[in-house]
Amino acid sequence: MSADDRECMNETPAMARRDVADRLREAEHPQSPFVRFGDERPLALDSGVILSPVQIAYQTYGTLNAARSNAVLICHALTGDQHVANVHPVTGKTGWWETLIGPGKPIDTERYFVICANVLGACMGTTGPASINPATGQVWGLDFPVITIRDMVRAQAMLIDHLGIDTLFAVVGGSMGGMQVLQWAASYPERVFAALPIATATRHSAQNIAFDEVGRQAVMADPEWRKGRYLIEGTNPSRGLAVARMGAHITYLSDAALHRKFGRKFQDRSNPTFSFDADFEVESYLRHQGSTFVERFDANTYLYLTRAMDYFDLAADCDGVVANAFKGTKTRFCVISFTSDWLFPTPDSRAIVHALNAGGARVSFAEVVTDKGHDAFLLDEPELLAIVRGFLDAAAQARGIDAAGG
Amino acid sequence: MLERFRRDLTMAEAARAPGGARVDHLAVADMIEPGSRVLDVGCGDGELLRLLELRGIDGRGIELSREGVNDSVAKGLAVVQGDADTDLVNYPDDGFDYVVLSQTLQATREPRVVLEHMLRIGRHAVVSFPNFGHWRIRLQILFDGRMPTTANLPETWYDTPNIHFCTIKDFRDLCDVVGAKMEKAVALNPWGSPLRFNAPWWFWNMFGEQGVFLLSRR
Repeated sequence: MSADDRECMNETPAMARRDVADRLREAEHPQSPFVRFGDERPLALDSGVILSPVQIAYQTYGTLNAARSNAVLICHALTGDQHVANVHPVTGKTGWWETLIGPGKPIDTERYFVICANVLGACMGTTGPASINPATGQVWGLDFPVITIRDMVRAQAMLIDHLGIDTLFAVVGGSMGGMQVLQWAASYPERVFAALPIATATRHSAQNIAFDEVGRQAVMADPEWRKGRYLIEGTNPSRGLAVARMGAHITYLSDAALHRKFGRKFQDRSNPTFSFDADFEVESYLRHQGSTFVERFDANTYLYLTRAMDYFDLAADCDGVVANAFKGTKTRFCVISFTSDWLFPTPDSRAIVHALNAGGARVSFAEVVTDKGHDAFLLDEPELLAIVRGFLDAAAQARGIDAAGG
Repeated sequence: MLERFRRDLTMAEAARAPGGARVDHLAVADMIEPGSRVLDVGCGDGELLRLLELRGIDGRGIELSREGVNDSVAKGLAVVQGDADTDLVNYPDDGFDYVVLSQTLQATREPRVVLEHMLRIGRHAVVSFPNFGHWRIRLQILFDGRMPTTANLPETWYDTPNIHFCTIKDFRDLCDVVGAKMEKAVALNPWGSPLRFNAPWWFWNMFGEQGVFLLSRR
């Protein structure tokens, strides 16, 4: 067991309180720009609840050109946040998509004005269950309304309005971020010039809802969860959240990748201990994933965001026919999947492509060969990077954005 | 002696026009009205699509090979990875002005079904294919006694993706079967020049190395 694991598994009350304080601070006072929409700009949610006030924390990179035509919105996945291309203020790690975004990268911050917002319901400064409920002065917890992918996109549209941008040059995202990309293209077709949904689907599959439910049950089974009131009661359901993360993390990889990375190798020992220690490297790796995750993520947020993914079904909003969501769209799409992704397998991406074709959209679709599973979208996959670069370059030419972003 | 004869029967390289474009691509492109919407089925590395886009045509492609697709998308072309035999069914009626099948007919499992889908999806279909009735191919079989190989069809019989060869005459018959109207037809000689327009069909079938046809629904 690594030092990290021990810290997670044997947390002291003082450490839990410190974590709580840190998390509250980041949820209310993020270390990134944010905008707070007051009573004059409430957000009507799919659930029927009118949410107000709404705070949105975001990061931007590069410069918006005079024509305001070079803005790229990055939509983050379940456990991502707005710190897509800068050092993370909590973990100290580099941005989560720096393979793709930065000066000279495929999403070139010297050419495009890149925006990434923490999604609605998350815990890094955008309003969510870890934020303060103004009606009670206490943390929202489970009193926070259940939100949907479409609600997240509505909130992002409020931010884009606030930044004075009419049409986004591109909306880009993988996994849950890809769902937002599809929702953007369906909800605001005239505001999206190009869309890049990666490793995603038009609806969450039964298998994925099942995985999400296992994760949520792990969180809720932790006695420290306290029916979602842990921030108020000063506890921390880190064990439950770590187990949820461990289970989910397996679905982000692949059998082949796990075998290549770990095989049946032992961790710091040559023989089995005949105990339930982390004998195998793969166990130790998963425990590490779980323990580092709980340092930066909020348990209730995990419940809310997985729920939003479960509810996602584009067809449900259009008489059961996804193609209707894209009928007559002018947006150009590039759909990308990965051969070893079993969470959002290639047939899911093909279904997107069929719907786009049926709607007459201009669509490219590529399947990248890799054994790295769903996580491949975050990794240095040369083929992925070349495809994104080529697609965006051609789109920028069509949009009249030159190499300097003008 | 036999090897030399075999070499003589096989053309040295595929014909290209002075500008560098493949002559069969130019023949296809010449059949398409500028400003129209085109679906290129089996678009390979996207060379024809690029030629069409240069002419102001809104082109989309389907390609089976992953390398071809990823190359094309990286070039900024709207190409999807897919299979002509299974994926055309997902395209709506009248979604395009033209559906092109360039040097791909012979590689489909069900050429008739593919052609029917093309005429459903597009108002017009443009089909180009290697003519298996060309005299070189006839002579290779007659004298060499082996399955023919040419510059355009270099693969041996056991590793070729081409499973449904036909002659220009055969293709005319297929057009009758699916009820397609032949609006334009061109046969190209091995150097890429069109054969005499008013030549009889048997002449085209003998001396045309490739046939290019513009079809519409009857």
